[in-house]
Amino acid sequence: MIEIKDLHKSYKMGSNVLHVLKGINFKVEEGELVAIMGSSGSGKSTLLNILGMLDGADSGEYTLDGVPIKNLSETKAAQYRNKFLGFIFQSFNLINYKSALENVALPLYYQKVPRKERQEKAMKYLERVGLKPWADHLPSELSGGQKQRVAIARAMAAEPKVLLADEPTGALDSTTSYEVMDLIQKINDDGNTILVVTHEEDIAHMCKRIVHLKDGIIVEDKKIEQVRAEQYV
Amino acid sequence: MWLFDKDLWIEIFHTLGKNMLRTFLTMLGVIFAMIILVLLLGSANGMSNGFNKLFAGTASNSLFVWGQSTSEPYKGFERGRRIRYKLEDANILKTQIPEIEVLAPRIELGNHRGTVTVYRNGQTSGSAVYGDFPEIDNITKKKLVEGRFLNQTDIEGSKKVCVIGEETYKLLFDKGEKAIGQDIRINGIYFSVVGIYKPNNNINIDGENAVFIPFTTFQKAFNSGDRMGWMAIAVEESTPVPVVEKQIKDILKVKYDIHPDDERAIGSFDLSEIFNNITAFTTVLKGFSFFVGIFTLLAGVIAISNILLITVKERTQEIGVRRALGATPKIVKRQIVVEAIVLTAFAGLVGFAIAVGILSILNAMFGSGDNFPFVKPMISVPQFVISFILMVGLSVLIGLLPANRAVRIKPIDALREE
Repeated sequence: MIEIKDLHKSYKMGSNVLHVLKGINFKVEEGELVAIMGSSGSGKSTLLNILGMLDGADSGEYTLDGVPIKNLSETKAAQYRNKFLGFIFQSFNLINYKSALENVALPLYYQKVPRKERQEKAMKYLERVGLKPWADHLPSELSGGQKQRVAIARAMAAEPKVLLADEPTGALDSTTSYEVMDLIQKINDDGNTILVVTHEEDIAHMCKRIVHLKDGIIVEDKKIEQVRAEQYV
Repeated sequence: MWLFDKDLWIEIFHTLGKNMLRTFLTMLGVIFAMIILVLLLGSANGMSNGFNKLFAGTASNSLFVWGQSTSEPYKGFERGRRIRYKLEDANILKTQIPEIEVLAPRIELGNHRGTVTVYRNGQTSGSAVYGDFPEIDNITKKKLVEGRFLNQTDIEGSKKVCVIGEETYKLLFDKGEKAIGQDIRINGIYFSVVGIYKPNNNINIDGENAVFIPFTTFQKAFNSGDRMGWMAIAVEESTPVPVVEKQIKDILKVKYDIHPDDERAIGSFDLSEIFNNITAFTTVLKGFSFFVGIFTLLAGVIAISNILLITVKERTQEIGVRRALGATPKIVKRQIVVEAIVLTAFAGLVGFAIAVGILSILNAMFGSGDNFPFVKPMISVPQFVISFILMVGLSVLIGLLPANRAVRIKPIDALREE
């Protein structure tokens, strides 16, 4: 599904060059649930940004579902993001003047799905995250866990190849975190490929594989026994 | 075609509708600008209409021609010869110059601008006495207070009837006394009053104190033969008066053996000149109003651009999310520009509605005044369409500014901003 070969990325900070990613090689198969771990400055967010086509790599290869991702124009990147990727952010990033349903329907709007179909699909995914009764509520009327569930529904609405979650539980208390992870695990059970960036050990162990990043290189990549979040909920 | 993309419009109205206060504040500048533009233009139009109303009934494209004395000797005639026209001149001019629409010959008792004593029951009035054809009414319309003006039957029957001015009525009759059907006496001959007119206090050619009798009656009563004092001539709308004026003078100069270079022998007055001056004045006024209004509008639209620019900054995160979810730069740009257009157009319409309301009130207050030139102050459809197109055009150009700013926001930066 995802294949990365010898990925490099550096940022210019004035006269200094900050080498963030120093040759990353890794592969994700369909249906995997991968945790990317590392302390801050390890390059995990940069890696996720490149995977999310929000940023470009300096060198190296990136193939997503057989499509080479290279030298994308802004327009092309937007279209690929819409088609291939679903984003889940730490701070949810819901549009605050749109209802839960409208937020979920937004990626479908950019896919030019007809309005009615859009609403139905969005409602379906809201139901899946257990928020159907909250469809007409604004984000400000929802709790943190509910917001993140809306965001997950939104990420899934466009039926992407890969879900990218950037610290999805970072803004949540532990109980709510486990609820969200439970949802992510269930989505993964249905066969969806998910990448989770986190620095929390317990969250990482709820995935099926942990990739450890340190100073721009992968120091550890291991399959683990998944801890089900359900038992903590 | 994105213009008919229902989803886009829903998205736009949704965004604007959910941010009512912001939307309203953004529109305020354009609303006021539009009010100012429409009020200025409407007032200028009202003034123009007012002048038109004041001069209603006076054929604006007309001239008057009368005889004076020659200033050059010619063909054996000495200078200082008095030119006296004959009634036949009227027909000659009319047949030779097709541009003449109406030609009303007139003769007056006594000298030019002279007065004659008019008697009635021991009361007297020094009035101008004119012999006229009914056609004169097509050039300088009389506002009749009572009765009627001279008509063709009066001419054909040489009836001893007359139409008198209000001033004449006041001098000859007691207050409230009925004048229609009463007789007045001029040079020993009795005329029956058939109408009283009110002087037109704007363009006053005949004076307030005057008596009009049928031309044919005048000929018989005062034995004037085929003499004619002066002519009131209405020229068809498309022909400039000076062109016809020259033709008339050329014909008359030949007929009366006047030196071709003699400027003084034939007196004339071009009424269209006055109207042209007034028209020029109101046109300049309208142009100026438009100019000021459009620049005010420009300021209003710039205000919209400014606020959109601020809101783009405020919406950085939202735009970043939209980009991450698959909004292409084109879609983001379009959304901002269409927001600018919708805001401007809607604000323009609101301002327009308010201004039209104010103009209607002004019209109700001052519009009916007879002497104040302010009638139906309203902007015309073309003026409205032009201002509107200009406004929307400007909003597109100016909407591009915040739109480009929005496109420059990288989703990655927008999402990092927390």
